[in-house]
Amino acid sequence: MPLIDIHDVRKNFGALEVLKGVSIDVEKGDVVAIIGRSGSGKSTLLRCVNGLETYDSGVISVEGVRVHDQEDKLRELRRKVGMVFQQFNLFPHLTAGENVMLAPKVVNGLSRAEVRELAQASLARVGLAEKFGSYPSQLSGGQQQRVAIARALSMQPKVLLCDEITSALDPELVNEVLKVVESLARDGMTLILVTHEMRFARDVGSKLVFMHQGRVHEEGMPRQLFAKPVTPELAQFIQAIH
Amino acid sequence: MSDFTFWTILSNLLLSARWTVLLSLIAFVSGGTVGLLLLFLRVSKRPWLSWPVKLYIEFFQGTPLLLQLFICFFGFSLIGVEVSAWVAAWIALTLFTSAFLAEIWRGCVESIPKGQWEASASLAMSFVERMRHVILPQAARIAVAPTVGFSVQVVKGTALASIIGFVEVTKAGTMLNNATFRPFLVFSLVALIYFALCYPLSWFSKRLERKFNAAH
Repeated sequence: MPLIDIHDVRKNFGALEVLKGVSIDVEKGDVVAIIGRSGSGKSTLLRCVNGLETYDSGVISVEGVRVHDQEDKLRELRRKVGMVFQQFNLFPHLTAGENVMLAPKVVNGLSRAEVRELAQASLARVGLAEKFGSYPSQLSGGQQQRVAIARALSMQPKVLLCDEITSALDPELVNEVLKVVESLARDGMTLILVTHEMRFARDVGSKLVFMHQGRVHEEGMPRQLFAKPVTPELAQFIQAIH
Repeated sequence: MSDFTFWTILSNLLLSARWTVLLSLIAFVSGGTVGLLLLFLRVSKRPWLSWPVKLYIEFFQGTPLLLQLFICFFGFSLIGVEVSAWVAAWIALTLFTSAFLAEIWRGCVESIPKGQWEASASLAMSFVERMRHVILPQAARIAVAPTVGFSVQVVKGTALASIIGFVEVTKAGTMLNNATFRPFLVFSLVALIYFALCYPLSWFSKRLERKFNAAH
């Protein structure tokens, strides 16, 4: 059984059909890179996996449990599915350490000492142990995004969803974030990334999904697809990006 | 002339102003508590929770406080419950204040970026946990100035309680005028007392507004 099973998922925004029957399997340890033009439905699909968006038909299940929109079921799901956003979305009124400690304390009910230890480990994991007491406004974009990754990791998720996590960063800050993601991948973390970083998708991804007009247009091994795209749309897309 | 010197008039007014302050405080504390509860319901995604609150807010914002006082005062006696002017004023001001505060605070909550809701949701936090730990602490910063500003309306609103016989500073003014026949003096003093109560609040509210605007 795959860790995440996305089967024939459809979604409309009013008259606009953004997902037209998408199916993807994600195995444990997979690093799935989803690429495609803006408007191809890739972010919407990602947001369906942790219930930030609802879908109209089809099935998404995580560890065999179907993604539902009831609040208590969603809560169970989101313990297993972490997410990192394009705009970081750190809590500005809390320090980096408090950002990381909040959910383990409130949701998992860990003790003060336990969450502190966990937060320190999570921040160390992204190379920011010394920023425990800094507020988000005192950190660079790259550091903020790394804190956001640490915050998601502190819930010890089974899979981490990354929604264009380097798109809002200045070019010189992109690498420090990608390095963290790469090290997570190396440690066996299951990742689904919506990304525009083609080189990263090729080098780190174990599976590439090219979405086009609400469908999975092409999927396979990243290196193969980049070297020899089958469809003209992917060939065009790769050319346009490079 | 009368036995009432300027000082006896003033001291009587000041003594009754205690009840204005007390009524304002009680109205604000209970109105704030109810308002907070209404806020949670109002921003809920479930229409059967948010709609009744929306109607409640529309009703109390769209009718005069004076009529709300009448309805509380006379309405209870219609159903056979005798309430004192105190209780009627307290209930009416609580309803009025809670409606306005819930609406003010809703605006503050909705000004918090959607990403804050999404990030906390994706960390498996429930609606109440997200409000309590992520949204409200940020919304509170924005809410302080308009909330303090609205408290001025509440202080002035307590004057209406005089009409149902509650002896606060306005009612005391009416009574003193009946005894002294010096309306200009008496009501000027009453107005000055209100000003002395309200001005520090508006000043404080403006200062807070500046402070929080400067912080961004």
